[in-house]
Amino acid sequence: MNKSLPDAEDLLARLAERMRANVTPDTALIGIHTGGVWLAQRLHKALALKQPLGTIDVSFYRDDYGSRGLHPKVRPSDIPFEVVDADIVLVDDVLYTGRTIRAAMNELFDYGRPQSIRLAALIDRGGRQLPIAAQFIGAEFSVPDTEQIELRKSDEGRLSLVLTRQGAR
Amino acid sequence: MTVSNPQLDVNGELTHLLTVEGLPREIILRILDTAHSFLSVGEREIKKVPLLRGKAIFNLFFEASTRTRTTFEIAAKRLSADVINLNVGTSSQSKGETLLDTVANLSAMHADMFVVRHSQSGAAHLIARHVAPYIHVINAGDGRHAHPTQGLLDMFTIRHYKKEFSALRVAIVGDVLHSRVARSQIHALTTLGVPEVRVIGPRTLLPSNVSELGVHVYHDMTTGLKDVDVVIMLRLQNERMNGALLPSAQEFFKYYGLTPEKLANAKRDAIVMHPGPMNRGIEIESSVADGRQSVILPQVTFGIAVRMAVMSILAGNA
Repeated sequence: MNKSLPDAEDLLARLAERMRANVTPDTALIGIHTGGVWLAQRLHKALALKQPLGTIDVSFYRDDYGSRGLHPKVRPSDIPFEVVDADIVLVDDVLYTGRTIRAAMNELFDYGRPQSIRLAALIDRGGRQLPIAAQFIGAEFSVPDTEQIELRKSDEGRLSLVLTRQGAR
Repeated sequence: MTVSNPQLDVNGELTHLLTVEGLPREIILRILDTAHSFLSVGEREIKKVPLLRGKAIFNLFFEASTRTRTTFEIAAKRLSADVINLNVGTSSQSKGETLLDTVANLSAMHADMFVVRHSQSGAAHLIARHVAPYIHVINAGDGRHAHPTQGLLDMFTIRHYKKEFSALRVAIVGDVLHSRVARSQIHALTTLGVPEVRVIGPRTLLPSNVSELGVHVYHDMTTGLKDVDVVIMLRLQNERMNGALLPSAQEFFKYYGLTPEKLANAKRDAIVMHPGPMNRGIEIESSVADGRQSVILPQVTFGIAVRMAVMSILAGNA
């Protein structure tokens, strides 16, 4: 129970290295709000990508709207490049049930038909409820269903992972 | 202190939108923030999101409207809802059916939401009190009482161009007496912390108790528009006027019509708004309506995003 979470900065460095050989300067990154956006900003810089960075908020596409209503803080999605025929990597902090990724892919297709979509996640905690897999991960790390892994950012921009109680999202 | 607010459910969440009066600041801001996210949906190739799939929204218009009904319809469709438009003036009501019977019949057709416009103040409240708890009601204008989505889209417009509410001077000009739009705007501006709200108009077109709403009253455009950041023109509502409140439309234009000369009293970067439909040459001169300070058409576009926000927040609070 007491195994400590890995260091987010180490995982980010590892994730960048794993992606490096598999992206071109034309690969487009899209960060999923909020943790995924922080990671995507760092990866975008580390990998020296040419396409402007995209951000996506999946609130309008979530499958739990009927039971939980609209998320109280929706941020605008911003896709500043042509999605049609683009080579896209979605970036999220924690890959869990796969429902967020499903929602993000549905939203992306309302912008156009991409050439391909791959997925990069800092942590894969297992527990998938949909047939979704990441092409790039920082690490696998399983925690009980009652706990949540959260990515945080300090004022200086340093990323860290914390475990919180409460049901899964 | 708990004041019963028929718009809120037991958890304090918005379940109907009936009036801006008494609407908590956080809820207004949440609507504006959500609308901001819907704005970018309107710029995409496919301008739809799946949130309200399978929901039936009835546009119940007992009073004529083009812009409001159309933007509600577009908003509902962009949320993937099924929209049914009823111009009730021409159907059952004219055969003698009561308002509540009409609503009961539509509820039996599995309505999830009613968007109601009615010439009687309080019509939307009445419906909200009688529908099943899972049905949501939006007031799209009732008599002289309220037009909350217009008030909210006006706040969205002001925030879009002016960013902050806390240092603004806003003038509302014209027929405040008959205007449900003005009432909703005044409540919204006050709740959002605008320090100075002015109303400008002839005595006969300002409600006698208007200063109780916390606004400053002016009868003269030159002093009233001095250094304001936002000018909101109201439509001269001929169809709502009883008795001789005005000598003539020409006389009104002379004193209260917005011309470039009168607008020059406002700040150089002041924006000019109008809820529509405009009477050119009566409350506003064409050169101002089409001028560089006019944001009248963006108001219409923003109205769709604001209505999407209201509908999706209400329908999510089951």
